[in-house]
Amino acid sequence: MTGNPVDCTVKSPVALKIGDAVSDLFCPGVYITDIVLGEPENIQEISFKNYYTAYLTVCVLKREGGTADSPVKWATCVRNHCLMANPHTEGGSQDYFSIYRQQMLTEPDNVTTVRLIQRQPSSVWLSFAIEDIKIYSAAHEDSERDVPSWLSTITPVEEPLDLNGLPDPHAVSSSIQQMWALTEVMQSSQTTASVGRFDVDGCYDINLLSYT
Amino acid sequence: MMNEGSELSVTIAQIVQRLKGTHLHSQLEKQAKECLHRPEIRLESIKEDVRKFLRATGWERKLQNAVYRELHILPPSGHPEAPLEHTKEPLAYMRKAQASWEKRILKSLNSMCTELGVPLARKRPVLEQKELTSKWNEMGADEPDLSKFRPVYAPKDFLEVLINLKNPNHDHSDGLTARSHWGLIPISLSVRDVPQLREAYPELSLSCSQLGIDDHAHVPPDLFESEHIRIGKKVVDEQDSAAAQQYSRQGSPTGLRAQLWALILNITNDPEDVAHYEQLKAAVIHHDLLVDNLIYKDVKLTASNDDYYFVFEDVLYQVLLCFSRDTAVLEHFSYNSATPPKSYIQGKTGEEEFAVVYPPNVPLLPCQMGIVCRLGVIPFHGFSMYVAPLCFLYNEPCKLYSVFREMYVRYFFRLHSISSSPSGIVSLCLQFERLLQIHLPQLFFHLQEIMAQPLRIAFKWMVRAFSGYLSTDQLLLLWDRILGYDSLELVAVLAAAVFAFRAENLMEVTSLASAEAVLADLSTLKVMPLLQIFLFANVI
Repeated sequence: MTGNPVDCTVKSPVALKIGDAVSDLFCPGVYITDIVLGEPENIQEISFKNYYTAYLTVCVLKREGGTADSPVKWATCVRNHCLMANPHTEGGSQDYFSIYRQQMLTEPDNVTTVRLIQRQPSSVWLSFAIEDIKIYSAAHEDSERDVPSWLSTITPVEEPLDLNGLPDPHAVSSSIQQMWALTEVMQSSQTTASVGRFDVDGCYDINLLSYT
Repeated sequence: MMNEGSELSVTIAQIVQRLKGTHLHSQLEKQAKECLHRPEIRLESIKEDVRKFLRATGWERKLQNAVYRELHILPPSGHPEAPLEHTKEPLAYMRKAQASWEKRILKSLNSMCTELGVPLARKRPVLEQKELTSKWNEMGADEPDLSKFRPVYAPKDFLEVLINLKNPNHDHSDGLTARSHWGLIPISLSVRDVPQLREAYPELSLSCSQLGIDDHAHVPPDLFESEHIRIGKKVVDEQDSAAAQQYSRQGSPTGLRAQLWALILNITNDPEDVAHYEQLKAAVIHHDLLVDNLIYKDVKLTASNDDYYFVFEDVLYQVLLCFSRDTAVLEHFSYNSATPPKSYIQGKTGEEEFAVVYPPNVPLLPCQMGIVCRLGVIPFHGFSMYVAPLCFLYNEPCKLYSVFREMYVRYFFRLHSISSSPSGIVSLCLQFERLLQIHLPQLFFHLQEIMAQPLRIAFKWMVRAFSGYLSTDQLLLLWDRILGYDSLELVAVLAAAVFAFRAENLMEVTSLASAEAVLADLSTLKVMPLLQIFLFANVI
């Protein structure tokens, strides 16, 4: 997710039907939803929440040239992207999805309108839709945000130290390690025998001087 | 792009976060520090040498087992937009159904509380505490007056809730169709059929040897059993969780089962775990919960009446009373959509700072005004049967407790909460019905005609994972496979296989009562042949 979603107007879905006959029993299996963008954008990601749509096709209306007068052309970005593995069962029916730039067949640059073609062939469901549509633009190409920001704080990168005339820490620690190993050896092989030089009857008190 | 690489990084980061600060983490650090003065550790290659040392002394294996355990219980990584509740349970109507079911239980518990005038929780007077400490090991001997208490709900109440689950987007306009009248569960979840099950459970196939079939008295042990036991001993020596899980798919030998299950569930019995259990025991002694009476009642009604399990009555109290006070169980609610209900200090309803969780599977806030609880896990009628079979394997209460808790948190909780998980009770019920409908359509139709819906009979078996219905050695063979495949699906398959086995008798019956009579006694059934025949010997 790169930053905030762009401004866009989502039009209400239009059901496809053949001919003009409208009856109460008619359950459409295809809906078309158009999303008009405020200004031409390069799309990075489209994220949405599914509601029982089985397959999704995404088409974009691209402006050929850079100017406002250049001709526009429709291109298919994603064809029959499967949202529900089995259209008759619940798997994926209410999940959140994202479609990324890298998954698209054509580069979604200078896009003015995005068209979502939703299909649900199963008769098990009463209705189907796509909700919470958000479109993110690819304006910031150098941001590496495909990984959540908190992830980068888990393993911090160590910066090289500025030594300023001090000896190399690795050399110092290697010589210290020798010394430390020695002290560990000493510690682990301590005897209980006392040093004994200045003890008199176990007492260190030098009040008593020995005459002999 | 959220490709596999970054998803893996997220998973790794999550697991690292969870393992940081655990006992294993501090032990590993301690080991790494202590190994530094060994002669083979050189400073230039310190990282590699320490790693080699940890590997050689078995610490890397322990870490692997811990990571493996975390992978088992890690919830699937959700979409960044998805709220937490969606990651736990994606279907909105299921979340709602679970919430209203919990409200019902809570109401029932509250009304029991007011009717009987018993507080939800109270601090025990010192004399009572002393008394309880002295008879901790024989709690079954004292019989408190439980006549006023009744179980909060029974499996059949839960079945009614499942039958009434409704997906608002489901098209019922067809009226009375075969689909609407064919089975009890109206939800369209994706369940596996026999060809898919055959692929998923290849170790159960006819060409594969296993315990429960090939260790029969007539089969010479050299053919399979001795070799299997030898491999089992090796797995236990290696202390490898993943290998133990794979091994368990062909059954665990009785002598090694306790160790293998502890390995699969990564129960290490650290001093940390022992201390935790002692803490819980202290909590039991200090406070008395209303839920305790429900536990007493349940054990008296079910386990104590069972020929196999009545001897374990005292141990069951010890485990279950501690379980209801264990906060670590609440952790599992992070991947279960159930929310533990809360209660408030008397008179202060609604103010968050006076809210507590009940039964604690949380520490109690003793308070003069009365104690409150969030409904952690409310035991229903038959809950103690989840623990009873484990008593055959473990005799130290601490280890028994840890194993039960881990099994509950991985599997059993799915049997009494509403979710769309493939191991959840809704999927199991649906799978059971589908398997019968496809492979025994005549039987299914006949039973429907005589108003003996198969699910009404099989539900109580599935909710308890067959505990108390099968003989213990067969039950443990089934639970071997549940652990081995990390899924409760076989419970549904076994239920269908039992119906298939008794199909001839069932076709003759003419009422629900006689159908129940045919299926009343499962204690003579052999689980593995039934599963094998149903999955691999049926003509599709």
